[in-house]
Amino acid sequence: MIAAILIILSITAFIGLVLGYASIKLKTDGDPIIDRIDKILPQTQCGQCGYPGCKPYATAIANGEADINQCPPGGDDGVHKLADLLGVEYKPLNAEHGETKPKSIAIIDESTCIGCTLCIQACPVDAIIGAAKQMHTIVEKECTGCELCLPPCPVDCIEMVEIPETTDNWKWKYPIHPIKQQH
Amino acid sequence: MELTDKIFKFFGGIKPNGHKSISTMNPIKRLPIPKKLIIPVRQHVGKVPNIKVSVGERVLKGQILAEPVANISAATHSSSSGTVIAIESNKIPHPSGLPDLCITIETDGKDEWIKNDKIDRSRLSSEALYEVMKFSGIVGLGGATFPTHIKLNSNKIKTLIVNAAECEPYITCDDMAMQEKTKEFIEGIQITMDILKIPHAIIGIEDNKPKAIEKLKISLSGSKNISIKVVPTIYPSGDEKRLIYLMLGLKISKEKRPVDFGIQVFNVATLISLGRFFYHSEPVISRIVTVTGALKRPNNYEALIGTPIQELIKDAGGSPNQDIIMGGPMMGFKLPHTDVSVTKAMNCLLAMTDDMKSKDTFEMPCIRCTKCVEVCPAQLQPQELYWHAKSKQFEKLTEDYKLFDCIECGCCSYVCPSNIPLVQYYRYAKSEIRDQLKSSEVADIARERNEFRLYRIEREKKERAERNAQRRAQTSDIDKKKLIEEKKAAIAEAMKRIEEKEK
Repeated sequence: MIAAILIILSITAFIGLVLGYASIKLKTDGDPIIDRIDKILPQTQCGQCGYPGCKPYATAIANGEADINQCPPGGDDGVHKLADLLGVEYKPLNAEHGETKPKSIAIIDESTCIGCTLCIQACPVDAIIGAAKQMHTIVEKECTGCELCLPPCPVDCIEMVEIPETTDNWKWKYPIHPIKQQH
Repeated sequence: MELTDKIFKFFGGIKPNGHKSISTMNPIKRLPIPKKLIIPVRQHVGKVPNIKVSVGERVLKGQILAEPVANISAATHSSSSGTVIAIESNKIPHPSGLPDLCITIETDGKDEWIKNDKIDRSRLSSEALYEVMKFSGIVGLGGATFPTHIKLNSNKIKTLIVNAAECEPYITCDDMAMQEKTKEFIEGIQITMDILKIPHAIIGIEDNKPKAIEKLKISLSGSKNISIKVVPTIYPSGDEKRLIYLMLGLKISKEKRPVDFGIQVFNVATLISLGRFFYHSEPVISRIVTVTGALKRPNNYEALIGTPIQELIKDAGGSPNQDIIMGGPMMGFKLPHTDVSVTKAMNCLLAMTDDMKSKDTFEMPCIRCTKCVEVCPAQLQPQELYWHAKSKQFEKLTEDYKLFDCIECGCCSYVCPSNIPLVQYYRYAKSEIRDQLKSSEVADIARERNEFRLYRIEREKKERAERNAQRRAQTSDIDKKKLIEEKKAAIAEAMKRIEEKEK
């Protein structure tokens, strides 16, 4: 009788130790699901989803506060991927949040720029260089095309320019061949 | 590497009808200098070179039009003398049909050479040689157009393999070059061996080129350091790794390159241009193009870079509205525009036959016969690649089915009884996957920058608060009292003024 109790006690103690050790050793920092959602989002940081950036939107999705179809830059592909990841039904993009546009970058008309620094403060990725009363310019490589610099500009000198297709970024197209008619 | 007579047959491959004899009946032809040369600024893999001429400028034959800007870049030269009449976007031979920057030269017919100093190789250090090579315009003329100076800048090479397999049907430019320019070809091999400081080179050549083999054997009869290895005619024996296996029995996995085994592979045309550059100071201004297929007089042409291809097609008895494939029937692509000009990558212009055209128009469902598996030299599962590419399941393609091991040789499409353009699906999937990878890299940078910005804003806020607190702490009680009294006095004074005014 006593032996049985001792055995059971020692087994539970051992399992307790293992679990306790594992909970310390294998602890994950942050919520991995947020990072996985964030990985799918395009990182434009445009806020069209209604949240102040991609990470906050990812957090909101993870908490069940936001839907998966609020990210226009991510497009239909993005919604599919989110649906796959979260195991939920796919739904088309919510038009309230805007449409998917071709990839563009912002260009400052440098002769009109008055150097007010308002766009610099608006840029979520610090892609605009300039100082007060000095001309500003956009680092094209870093621009995500979020359009957040457009509204604050008092002289409307920023324009969105679509990235043209060149032989460098061109992609092979999906082959379309008619299926042969059977006679 | 020990050389044996044994041939190591690789897995898969096909034996298509070569159609080679139609373009080897007559010697290589040269056409009169065209009135206009349209020379694309970039004709290589790598960075766009920097244009060095301006509109209206007179240029000489062999003059540099654009200089390399980085290591992976190459120079572009003028192929004849004349005047630059335009530097603008123009049609180029590219599968996309998109235009690219070209320099148009109106030739003056004088064909006047620029004076180039003879290159004295013995005086140059290897660094200086590398710099000189960068301006030679020499790139892999087999079609890959990778800048050659990079391949020559290595001291780990032990064996030079000359890729003279030319396994694609219809193409005969290397065959004819070896027959007619045997001396220059061997000079090129010797120069390359010299630069790489290696004692031995092996020419790998398919047994369907008896004339070239005969010529080379005669020319090399006294040579001990260049040997010839005749390999059987199996497509794609001209693929680098397949050829190395055929000749040496050495299997090179996907992750490794021949260089890792001390082997460097050069194409026939590239070696000829290397010889020309070092013996005659001649940069790449022309190349041999096979013009063949559904034409009256198929032939090989030594064409100046920038020659409109219609001039070649017309001379070969074709018409301007014919569909043209650039490259061979297996790996080439149909030109979206046929009013383009000759580039360094252009080894063959193939006028499409009716048979090719009919293959180009329909596809039937896959019946899972796995004929493609039997011929795939990369030992992949082409039917599985097809299913997943068709349904856009890219993750599975790269992880489970090793799409990027595919060399796009086209054996699978060739044997497919359902006529499915398999390679087109793989090319599509590859470029989509590459694009996704690039986008995710861009996204990672944006995420990092955004996180840093948020951190910076937070940090600045904290710093400001700290500064204010510090200032507050520094001012002593006496100072504070003094300040308050000063302020009180100022207020009292102001009140006094108001009272006086009211009086």
